[in-house]
Amino acid sequence: MKVTGAQAIVKSLEAEGVEVVFGYPGGVVLPLFDALYQAPSINTVLTRHEQGATHAADAYARVTGKVGVVIVTSGPGAANTVTGIANAYMDSVPLVVITGQVATHVLGTDAFQETDITGITIPITKHNYLVDNAEDIPGIMAEAFHIAGTGRPGPVLIDLPVDISRGELVFKYPERVNLPGYKPTVKGHAKQIKEAATLISHARKPLLYVGGGVLSSNAAKELKELAELMQLPVVTTLMGKGAFPEDHHLFVGMPGMHGGKFTNYAITETDLLFGIGVRFDDRVTGKLATFATKAKIVHADIDPAEIGKNRSVDLPIVGDAKAVLAGVIEELRKMNAQPRTDSWMRVIDDWRTRFPFHYHTSETAIMPQHVVERVRELTKGRPTVYCTEVGQNQMWACQYLKIREPRTWASSGGLGTMGFGLPAAIGAQLGRPDHLVVNIAGDGSIQMNSQELATASINKLPVKVVILNNGYLGMVRQWQELFYEHRYSSSTLPQDCPDFVKLAEAYGAFGIRVTKLDELDDALVAAFAHDGPAVVDVRVEREENVYPMVAPGGSIDEMLGGIPGGPVSEMLDEELLEEVWE
Amino acid sequence: MQHTLSVLVENKPGVLTRVASLFARRGFNIDSLAVGETEDPTLSRMTIVVAADENAIEQITKQLHKLINVIKIQDLDPKDMIDRELVLYKVNAAPDRRHEVIEIANVFRAKIVDVGKNSLTIEATGTGDKLAAMEDLLRAYGIKELARTGRIALARGSRDA
Ligand SMILES: Cc1ncc(C[n+]2csc(CCOP(=O)(O)OP(=O)(O)O)c2C)c(N)n1
Ligand SMILES: [Mg+2]
Repeated sequence: MKVTGAQAIVKSLEAEGVEVVFGYPGGVVLPLFDALYQAPSINTVLTRHEQGATHAADAYARVTGKVGVVIVTSGPGAANTVTGIANAYMDSVPLVVITGQVATHVLGTDAFQETDITGITIPITKHNYLVDNAEDIPGIMAEAFHIAGTGRPGPVLIDLPVDISRGELVFKYPERVNLPGYKPTVKGHAKQIKEAATLISHARKPLLYVGGGVLSSNAAKELKELAELMQLPVVTTLMGKGAFPEDHHLFVGMPGMHGGKFTNYAITETDLLFGIGVRFDDRVTGKLATFATKAKIVHADIDPAEIGKNRSVDLPIVGDAKAVLAGVIEELRKMNAQPRTDSWMRVIDDWRTRFPFHYHTSETAIMPQHVVERVRELTKGRPTVYCTEVGQNQMWACQYLKIREPRTWASSGGLGTMGFGLPAAIGAQLGRPDHLVVNIAGDGSIQMNSQELATASINKLPVKVVILNNGYLGMVRQWQELFYEHRYSSSTLPQDCPDFVKLAEAYGAFGIRVTKLDELDDALVAAFAHDGPAVVDVRVEREENVYPMVAPGGSIDEMLGGIPGGPVSEMLDEELLEEVWE
Repeated sequence: MQHTLSVLVENKPGVLTRVASLFARRGFNIDSLAVGETEDPTLSRMTIVVAADENAIEQITKQLHKLINVIKIQDLDPKDMIDRELVLYKVNAAPDRRHEVIEIANVFRAKIVDVGKNSLTIEATGTGDKLAAMEDLLRAYGIKELARTGRIALARGSRDA
C-alpha cells in the first residue's frame, strides 16, 4: 500500500518511538501537519516561535536522552530555527529538525518563502538532507535519527519540499542504516585504556575533568564508580553538571571563568588531568599556556577532532565515555590499585574551606546569589530539573545550585544563548512530567522568548521562572564596569518594564513580585506549589558582580574578586603539599 | 607545508560545498581542488592541495572525517605519489615566432591543440615543477590566457597491499 511522503515522515517518527514533536506550521509544511493531526501517539506541541520549538526539543533531548524533534515551515520558519540548531550543535544535543521547503520545480528561483536552509545550516548541523524523492524518506529518516543520536550527538536537518511530502511511496522502515563514512569509535583502544589506568594508579594529585560527553553516554554510574574506587576528585564543566553528584565529598566544582577558586587551583596543581567528554573550551582553560601545566593530560572523547584541538595531550583515547570509564575501572581492579589521594584531597579541602563562593549579604537588599540558594534549599528533596538563561543568572545558578542527578540540568553552554531557558523548561517539563522544573532567569534573557509562557500555560506545563531582575544586562554591565570604566552602553533595562507579574497573568500564569528579602521564601514556595506555570519577579541588588572571575585571556588561577588569594603557587599549604610530594 | 589530500567522498549533490565550507570556515586557502567520479560511480575523488602546518592539517583532516559523506582521506606523501596537472596556455605567437613556441612545447612533450592568427594554444600535462618551468619560458612570449585543472594524484602502486 502506498502512503504520502508526509505520512512516511510520521510513520518514521513512530518507528523511532517519538512521542513529542515541537513545531510551528506554515504553507509548505501543511501536508506534514495534516499527517501529524492523524497520529494519535505523537504529541505535537505548538510553540509560539520556531526558536522556542528548537530550544524546547533541545532540552527535551537533554533530560530524556532521546532525540528531540522539530517540524517547521520553509523560509522564515526554517530561519527561525537557526539559533536553536546552532545551540544544539555547540552543546552536542541530538535533534532532528524537519523543515518544509518549496516544491522541487521552483527550488532556486527565490520562490515565496524559499530559503536555502540546507546551505545555511551546513556549519551548524552534524549532517543535513534535501529530500528530492519521496521514496528516500524512510532511509533518510533512519539515517537522521542514527546520526543525531550516536557518536558525538548533534542536530540533523531534513529539508522536505512540499511536492515530495505529497508524493507517494511504499513505506518500509529500514532495520539498520549503512553509512560507509560514519562509523564512530565507541570502544577505546585497550592499550591506551590500560595506560590511563596505570597513570591513575601512579598519580599523587589526579583530577577527573568531566564534561557533557559523560552525560551523553549515560556514564554517570561508571564515573562515580571510578572516582570512588580511586578516591579521585572530580570537576564538571557547565555541560557536565549532573554527571557527578554535587554534594559528593569528591566533587570539586566547576572550572573556568566563573568557576571555584578551589577548582581552578586544583586544575593548576594536578599532576594528572583526565579529561572525559570535554573539549578544553576557552571558558574553561583561560590562557592555554598556563593551563594545567604540571599535569600529564589524558583525554578521552568520542570525537577524535577534539583531542589535541586546543591542548596537546599525553595520552589520547578515542572512545565513548561509558566504555572508556568501564575499561579503566576494569584495569584498575585487575592491578588491584589502591587509592592514594588522601593528602591531595586534604589540600583541595583546605582550598575549598579557604576559598568558597562568597558574597556580601545585606539586611535589606536581595542578593541574587541568595535567591539561587533559596531555590536550592526549597527544592531539596524534590526531583527538580534546573534550567537557566544566560548571563549572571546562569553563572550564579552554576555556583549555588547543587545538581545531583544526570540530565536534570539544561543550560546553554557553547553558544550562550539568551532566551534558551524558558523554552528549555517547557521541553524539560514534557520530558520529565513528574519533576519540578525551575528556570533561573535574567530580566534580559527572559524577554527573548517570553512568548513561550503561552505554550506553558496552554499545555498546562507548570514550569517556574525565577527572574533575577537586576534591571541590567547584568553580565554585560559587569564587563563594562570592569573593562570599560563603568560606561554602561546599551545595558540598562528598566526593572519595571515589562511588569513581569502582569505579563505572567496575561498568559494565564501565576505571577508574583518580590521586593523585600522577607517575602522571598513565601513567594518561591507559592510559585513552586502552584499547579501551573509561575513567574517570580525578584528585584535583586542591581550592581552585584559574579565572582570570582578569570579575566578574559588570563590564567585560571589568577582570579579577580572572591576571597583574596593569589596564584596557586602562593596558595599552597606547604605542610600539606609536602605530604603530597613526599 | 604543502599537502596533497586525496579524499574519497560519496558522489552526491552538496558534498563539494560541505568540504569547501569546512576549509573556508577555518581560514584555509585551498591552492587547488580537482573532483571527479572514480572507478565506482557512487564515489568521487577530490584532490585538495592546501598549505598548512602539521597541527592545522591534522585538525582539518579530522574535521573532514566528521563529514558523513567523506569516506576516506589520504594525506599523500610527496615522495610516494603520482601527481599530474593539465594546463592550457594560449600564448602570443606571431607567425615569425611560432616555431620557437612549438619548440618549447616539444621539449616539454606538450601538444599544440589550436592555432590562431597570432596565438597558439598548448596543452601540457605534468607535475607542478615541470609545468612551472614551461610556463616560465612561455611567459617571454606573453601568455594571453591560461586554464589549469588543479592537481590530481594517487599513491604509488608499491603502496598497495
Ligand atoms: C542572544 C544573545 N544576545 C546577546 C548575548 C550577550 N549577552 C550575554 S549575557 C547578556 C546579558 C543577559 O542579561 P540578563 O538576562 O538580564 O541576565 P543577567 O546577566 O542580568 O543575570 C548579554 C546581552 C547573548 N549571550 N545572547
Ligand atoms: Mg539582568
